Amino acid sequence: MLDIRNLHVKLEEEDKAILKGVDLSVGAGEVHAIMGPNGSGKSTLSYVLSGREGYEVTDGSATLDGADLLDMEPEERAAAGLFLAFQYPVEIPGVGNMTFLRTALNAQRRARGEDEISAGDFLKLVREKAKALKIDAEMLKRPVNVGFSGGEKKRNEILQMAMLEPKMCILDETDSGLDVDAMKLVADGVNALRDAGRGFLVITHYQRLLDHIRPDVVHIMAAGRIVKTGGPDLALEVEQNGYAAFEGEVA
Amino acid sequence: MALAQAKPAPLAARIEGLSVPAGAGWAAAARADALARLEAMGLPGRRDEYWRFTAPDVLNAPEPARAAVLDTGDEEPIFDAVDRLKVVFVDGVFDAEASDTLEMAGLEIERLGDALARDITWARDLYGVLEARGQDPVKRPHAALNTAFATDGVAIRATGRAEKPVSLIYLHESDSSDAILHHLVRVEEGAELTLLESGPAAARFNKAMEVDVAAGGAFHHVRAQGRDHERRAITHAFARVGRGALYKSFTLTANGALTRNEHVVEIAGDEASAHVAGAALGDGHSGPFHHDDTVFITHDAVACESRQVFKKVLRNGAEGVFQGKILVKPGAQKTDGYQLSQALLLDEDSSFQAKPELEIYADDVQCSHGSTTGAIDETALFYLRSRGVPTAEATDLLVLAFVAEAIDEIADETLREEVMSRLTAWLERRRRG
Repeated sequence: MLDIRNLHVKLEEEDKAILKGVDLSVGAGEVHAIMGPNGSGKSTLSYVLSGREGYEVTDGSATLDGADLLDMEPEERAAAGLFLAFQYPVEIPGVGNMTFLRTALNAQRRARGEDEISAGDFLKLVREKAKALKIDAEMLKRPVNVGFSGGEKKRNEILQMAMLEPKMCILDETDSGLDVDAMKLVADGVNALRDAGRGFLVITHYQRLLDHIRPDVVHIMAAGRIVKTGGPDLALEVEQNGYAAFEGEVA
Repeated sequence: MALAQAKPAPLAARIEGLSVPAGAGWAAAARADALARLEAMGLPGRRDEYWRFTAPDVLNAPEPARAAVLDTGDEEPIFDAVDRLKVVFVDGVFDAEASDTLEMAGLEIERLGDALARDITWARDLYGVLEARGQDPVKRPHAALNTAFATDGVAIRATGRAEKPVSLIYLHESDSSDAILHHLVRVEEGAELTLLESGPAAARFNKAMEVDVAAGGAFHHVRAQGRDHERRAITHAFARVGRGALYKSFTLTANGALTRNEHVVEIAGDEASAHVAGAALGDGHSGPFHHDDTVFITHDAVACESRQVFKKVLRNGAEGVFQGKILVKPGAQKTDGYQLSQALLLDEDSSFQAKPELEIYADDVQCSHGSTTGAIDETALFYLRSRGVPTAEATDLLVLAFVAEAIDEIADETLREEVMSRLTAWLERRRRG
């Protein structure tokens, strides 16, 4: 589903290479985790895939079901089925959470040539999805992420994911800033979305999130490359030995 | 105050074609006083402190510049869905046929000429009176010109709770019309009135309004200025707010080559409240856009509150100006004054000039002001796009969010939603080109 080949990325403003040949394939129905130390390029990979400005792809490719992601605008990538759950969800004062969700959902539907969702159906859908994530009516009415706690922001990301039903979900450090209960709620939300047609790429620094979202494949990233790929046990190895052992493998 | 330098030549030319309308003795005297004020002040020039950011030339010129009438197609006029008493002016002339009968429970309403022809105490105590008070310390020559030469308008006295809003509708049909309207509003003790204004009125429009809100009264004002691209307007609202009374004004402006809206509010009674707000959207792509909000709020009583909230969204060379002052007089303790003026510049061609002023002569007061100029928040824009919302639509969503704080100043929910939907439609039309 998601195919990344030999991806090289540098910062647009300065001559600093961040990704130095990333190869990665996530198939439909699979959950992959990327672990790595700070500065290894994990978050950059998520930004580049979602189309954030400030990066320049110098080599390689990234496709979603064969379509060239790197050639698309961010909104086109979203309509094509890509979703990034942000490490730091953005506060948008003045825009109601409901308005935001409905605008996004309808924009994606229009882009795919589908009819907009009716106000009634939308309400029903959002209430059902919000309930599972323990997001109350008050949170839905408030401006997007404004005054939300860290946990509420992350649950709001998962709510968007549940509403938009993307094919490929990238979770960027979704566990950061969460206590155990909040992490479990978020993980339950993600697990509820797991199905045969959907792929996940879970980016995390720590192994603990992977106790709740069990990955099929674990990749270790260091210095801009995937240095090791294995099963769930690889995460435990990191937990015990740290990243130092893998960083040596770069050279 | 330094003696104003008289500028007889341009003023003589400006008023040459105007004549002072007939009226009762007191009204004739009020107009003669206004003309004397105007002659002493002369017309405004670029060197005047409050005209540095806005060129008064087209307002000072003997003849108005031509302004094409905007074709709004089959669009339903704003406030059409609101149950209201309609008072229609076409190019500044009252149109009795298009208007409703001037009768409503809770208020007296008549044409200005009728009110000025008789000996009506409240009108006599108001006409040109608040305008004259508002000339100090900042001179406002076009308001004096208005009092001297206004040809039409309404006089409204709210005696109870007016059952529905009075809606002044200003139609523009001639591309060279030059209209001068003057309205008088007296809200008696404990009475309540909502006044709506809409439409471009004329190629060049000079409007003055004097509003006296007695103790415990409430005056709500919601205005949508005409969208004709070439129209020019200078408007003044002079208000006096009595004890425990409320004065609330909101203005929506989209398009217009030149708009200068002045608000002069005197808070005269204890525990009174005055809110003045505006949202202006300008797109230089459709022609020049220059919008100027000039506000002067004087606190002259104890425990009063005032709020100024002005938002401007400017693109393609549109220009915005805000000059806002809070003056707290000696003894006006427990004053709570707030002033916010913000501009969102959607490109580098547009500009915003702001001049916030606080002048405080009491020690137990709380006054704050903030003025910002900024661009669209790129982080928020990317967040919206990453959820599938295209750039133009995402930008509009952020624009609406930006102006929401000003629109929230409209107390009535129906009117608030009406204004919001007009704004949304304006943005959508621009998006579709």
